[in-house]
Amino acid sequence: MLIIRNRAIVEDDFVHVPDGAELPAAGKPIVTLARYAGAREELLGRYPALGVRMASDQLPGDIPDLDRLVLIAIEFPRFTDGRGYSTARQLRDRHRFTGELRAVGWVLRDQLYYMERCGFDAFELKPGKPLENALEAFREFSVTYQAAADDKRPLYRRR
Amino acid sequence: MYQYDDNDRRIITERARQFRGQIARRLSGEISEEEFKPLRLQNGLYMQLHAYMLRVAIPYGLLSSTQVRKLAHIARTYDRGYAHLTTRQNVQYNWPKLADVPTILDELATVEMHAVQTSGNCVRNITADHFAGIAPDELEDPRPYCEILRQWSTFHPEFAYLPRKFKIAVTGAPGEDRAAVRFHDIGLRIVENERGERGFEVLVGGGLGRTPEIGRVCRAFLPKRHFLSYIESILRVYNLFGRRDNKFKARIKILVTALGIDEFRRRVDEDWETTRTPELELPNEEIARVAAFFEPPPYEPLQTSDRQLAGFELGRDRDFGNWVKNNVMRHKVPGYSAVIISVKAPGTPPGDVSDTQLDSIADVADRYSFGRIVVTHTQNFVLSDVKTSELQRLHAELVALDLGKPNANKLTDVITCPGLDYCDLANARSIPVSLEIAERFDRIDYLNDVGDVSIKISGCINACGHHHVGNIGILGIDKRGEEWYQLMLGGSPGNDASIGEILGAALAQDEIVDAIERVLGRYLQIRESEDERFIDTVRRVGLEPFKQAVYGSVAKAAAVGG
Repeated sequence: MLIIRNRAIVEDDFVHVPDGAELPAAGKPIVTLARYAGAREELLGRYPALGVRMASDQLPGDIPDLDRLVLIAIEFPRFTDGRGYSTARQLRDRHRFTGELRAVGWVLRDQLYYMERCGFDAFELKPGKPLENALEAFREFSVTYQAAADDKRPLYRRR
Repeated sequence: MYQYDDNDRRIITERARQFRGQIARRLSGEISEEEFKPLRLQNGLYMQLHAYMLRVAIPYGLLSSTQVRKLAHIARTYDRGYAHLTTRQNVQYNWPKLADVPTILDELATVEMHAVQTSGNCVRNITADHFAGIAPDELEDPRPYCEILRQWSTFHPEFAYLPRKFKIAVTGAPGEDRAAVRFHDIGLRIVENERGERGFEVLVGGGLGRTPEIGRVCRAFLPKRHFLSYIESILRVYNLFGRRDNKFKARIKILVTALGIDEFRRRVDEDWETTRTPELELPNEEIARVAAFFEPPPYEPLQTSDRQLAGFELGRDRDFGNWVKNNVMRHKVPGYSAVIISVKAPGTPPGDVSDTQLDSIADVADRYSFGRIVVTHTQNFVLSDVKTSELQRLHAELVALDLGKPNANKLTDVITCPGLDYCDLANARSIPVSLEIAERFDRIDYLNDVGDVSIKISGCINACGHHHVGNIGILGIDKRGEEWYQLMLGGSPGNDASIGEILGAALAQDEIVDAIERVLGRYLQIRESEDERFIDTVRRVGLEPFKQAVYGSVAKAAAVGG
């Protein structure tokens, strides 16, 4: 599957593993937070590159050993559910998460710019949405007023 | 007033280009109508009963005459010759064609205006005291902080998909709250602490709608430098924990009530302690930079005009005297006055202004008030800086323009939502009721006798007409397909904030204005003196005497008949 990572279209090297589904022998799985919480040491020992998928009502504080994960996927059950933006900012600003932060679910081109500013660097677009012109979304604005995950300085400190 | 710099211009230009692209992708089918909706809403474009409505942002209500002329031009060219003043100090057009919208936005951009974030589940236009900068009772001008908030909230990446809309108001006058800050998601009051430092009292969780709530104190004193970081933490807690399962329970007031203000505050503080970076602190230089845009205009050194004003009030020209008494407000600079231009005349929906009236107001502002005009949340205009010595000439000009009604803050200065004439949410029409009120009570002696009393009308429970905080509130409801009206008494939006109580059974359209007349008749009978305002009488005696006045005869007739 193709995803957007660091403003480029790339083949996804991770695989989502739903609860109940069998884990791959090797590779880079993304498991749910529930599965991770239930078998953390085993999973971290078995997969050097492990990702965890959060539902929109879960919080960064719910994830133990955050710094040992290479990827967090935040789910957007609807594109209007904006919790993930704040979750992303908390992961980056408060919990200093430096791995890949991926938006999954109902993710649309017109959300990408704000998502990136909040700390997301990878995006799985909603199936059926074209990826090519989506990259333009990152370049629609050349100035921002606020501090965010991408720049800690509000505009008034950048003048 | 604030002037755009290159950054502001670039952001607005780029936004317009982005929206054009979004419209194109909607038309090509790449974006579904459902997915397009929040995009168009956050660009000010609403779908109403009969047509699109475009709501134009007027930050804290402040306009230049050039901007007012542009609003007139848009009304004439792209609408049906009028614009409508809203209760958020904005302007809306009720009949634009979708195809014209990008062009209208381009026209607005030429005078540093836009329609962004006037709708949708985001931070909306920041409102302020309409006498900001000139009120004698003001501690500090709130507009620089509104402008700082405007910039901070414009395209804030984290808060574009909140559970629901988010409204912030700021006042710098501790003694009198003209911005209804206690009925906002966040209300900010500039205050001084015991050490004499200025900061903000932060109120949270006020609002109207289905569940009216008076804002609660989240922080009694917030130093200015933490202004943005603290507000950001409030928004973050709301964004993470506000309800999203039910649109009617999604405002921050529901969250604050559910958690309790102490737990809400704890969560805000917890976030704030870890996210307030030194970079986020608001430096004094930035406050000073923005405040410089709101420097007072070049006033002439004049003598105090208090005695002159008193003379006008009692003078032989009764129309002028009444207008001075009701529509002219004291100014902090000697020799100057502030004037409320009433847009509430019989025969016109409250808040509707024609293109020619707008052009005339711009001309009048240029000649009498440094070319500045303020829109009030009560759907009127203010000329902030008129020489008292020129009031009589100004009044004559306004009368000729049909803008000289001496009814500011009086019975016929009604606030209404658009109601069922325009809005697909409404249960009942609001405008005909307000028109009937305007006609029935259009007698200046009666208005003066009854004194300051506010009537606010909403056509549905969403309360856009702020009926909960009207001294007299009217709520339109639907009963088996017919329009009925609930009457409530005792609301107030100010420092003495209170929510009105329902008087009794709903009334039919042909009964509601009679009922108001009976309520007022009872007030005139039972007030302790002419100085006891309507709201004070209601608070003193409760609803019972008014219930009897409205329903007593009906109840008796029913008893006799039964």
